[in-house]
Amino acid sequence: MSDAVDAVRPGRAAEPPVLELQQVRCAFGDHVVLDGIDLAVARHEVVALIGASGSGKSTLLRTANLLEHIDDGRILLTGEDVSDPRVDADRVRARIGAVFQQYNLFPHLNVLDNVTLAMRLVHRVPKGEAERRGRELLATIGLEAKAGAFPDTLSGGQQQRVAIVRAIASEPELLLLDEITSALDPELVGEVLALVRTLKAQGATIVMATHEMPFARDVADRVVFLDGGRIVEEGPAREFFRSPREERTKAFLARVLSG
Amino acid sequence: MTEATSDWRPSALELERRAFRKRQTTRSVLVSLGSTAVVAVVLWIVVAGTPGAQAVRTSFFDLDVAIAAFPAVLEGLWLNLRVLFFAAIGVVIVAVVLAVARTLRGPVFFPLRFLAAAYTDVFRGVPLLIVLYLVGFGLPGLGLFPRMDPAFWGTIAIVLVYSAYVAEVFRAGIEAVHPSQRLAARALGLDHGQTLRRVVLPQAVRKVTPALMNDFVAMQKDVGLISVLGAVDAVRAAQIETAHFYNYTPYVVAGLLFIALAWPTIRLTDWVTGRMRAREQVGSIV
Repeated sequence: MSDAVDAVRPGRAAEPPVLELQQVRCAFGDHVVLDGIDLAVARHEVVALIGASGSGKSTLLRTANLLEHIDDGRILLTGEDVSDPRVDADRVRARIGAVFQQYNLFPHLNVLDNVTLAMRLVHRVPKGEAERRGRELLATIGLEAKAGAFPDTLSGGQQQRVAIVRAIASEPELLLLDEITSALDPELVGEVLALVRTLKAQGATIVMATHEMPFARDVADRVVFLDGGRIVEEGPAREFFRSPREERTKAFLARVLSG
Repeated sequence: MTEATSDWRPSALELERRAFRKRQTTRSVLVSLGSTAVVAVVLWIVVAGTPGAQAVRTSFFDLDVAIAAFPAVLEGLWLNLRVLFFAAIGVVIVAVVLAVARTLRGPVFFPLRFLAAAYTDVFRGVPLLIVLYLVGFGLPGLGLFPRMDPAFWGTIAIVLVYSAYVAEVFRAGIEAVHPSQRLAARALGLDHGQTLRRVVLPQAVRKVTPALMNDFVAMQKDVGLISVLGAVDAVRAAQIETAHFYNYTPYVVAGLLFIALAWPTIRLTDWVTGRMRAREQVGSIV
């Protein structure tokens, strides 16, 4: 187990978790989507959220990014309560990178402008500096030549890699990945997952909702299984998949792994 | 078109298909020429056969009167063009403000939302002619403003009416931008205003460009209505010339000039719309 995970254990005077959810509840009308979630993510840790559609994975990521109001509980970002309505949500989101299932690149901006938009507008990086860094990042994913191209001329895998680079361009403390391979053709999934592995190797702190079980097992430090808005079971990735304890976990894994 | 392999020659089957398509094309052209000719002849016979055909020709299509009236009408059209220029700028500014006001969320903005909604309701409902009278004769009557040219008040009236329509077009565009775009922008830390300016509005404007251009075409001819305020524009000039020659040809001249003014925009609108449609159905022939 990594030092990073040890750091969150009580008793050790260490930095607070990058992200901490305390008894988070979120409901849409009568439908309770998150029902008392407790989760702490340490620096450099990669946490995979798994569970059936509607289990609350995406909502959990959206609440963490303050894109959804919570109905109870607290959300802490490096120890600061960001669920306090007095907190400037835009400033919080600027510290978090998010990637969505449908890429959501801006179709009216070329690839380089997509990547540099937040650097220039939110982080006030001068245009030249932002573009230099943008090109550097595009080079790391082999898409430097596409800097001037528009998103609709790129393959799904290329678009999603640009979306990831856009999210990390302003060096967020936390990266949220919401089923980023679900909309991709099978042969394009690999290139996107490879980029996530690279980010992990560089020490990124990542929370990702995913349907890719082998990927979750290989890349995540910890796996969290959600069902009906609650955390049913969590544990170190390999252990989790080798010997799940809860019946519901076993049933879910049997279903997804046989398919 | 480039052919993929150099040693490829179209097969007999393909050659036969090409020959067939060519025959079809030739036939289509001949049919359309034929039908156009038939329609033209029928129209000519019907119109020329009416009892008043000769009288209409002399009082509406007198070439000498047309030539004599042309300079004055053209001079008037120049005023229409200037009014159009300033009105278009005014309309875009007012319409964007209205559209944005109508899309604001939150209780604080209720008065703004309400006012914007009331504005668009009222000015889409009132005939332009009535707004022209009220603004052109009513506002100066208040004695609040320095004496202004009738064309100035005409421009104001046109901006009032058209911005209500154009605001609705902009609003439709803003609402047609997928919410996930807003979400992605906010997730990057852009605030509400930045998201609107840099992400939502640019996409909204692209979506509604054909509709906006269509409104511009409508506005190009409605600037002729400022003549009711006494501004000597193309319509008013034609009216004066008509009275002078006791012949209606100057109105026809003004009409043709308005068509000439609108025609480039109309063609451009069709071209833009066609291009957008082509982009949306890549690779399809139907």
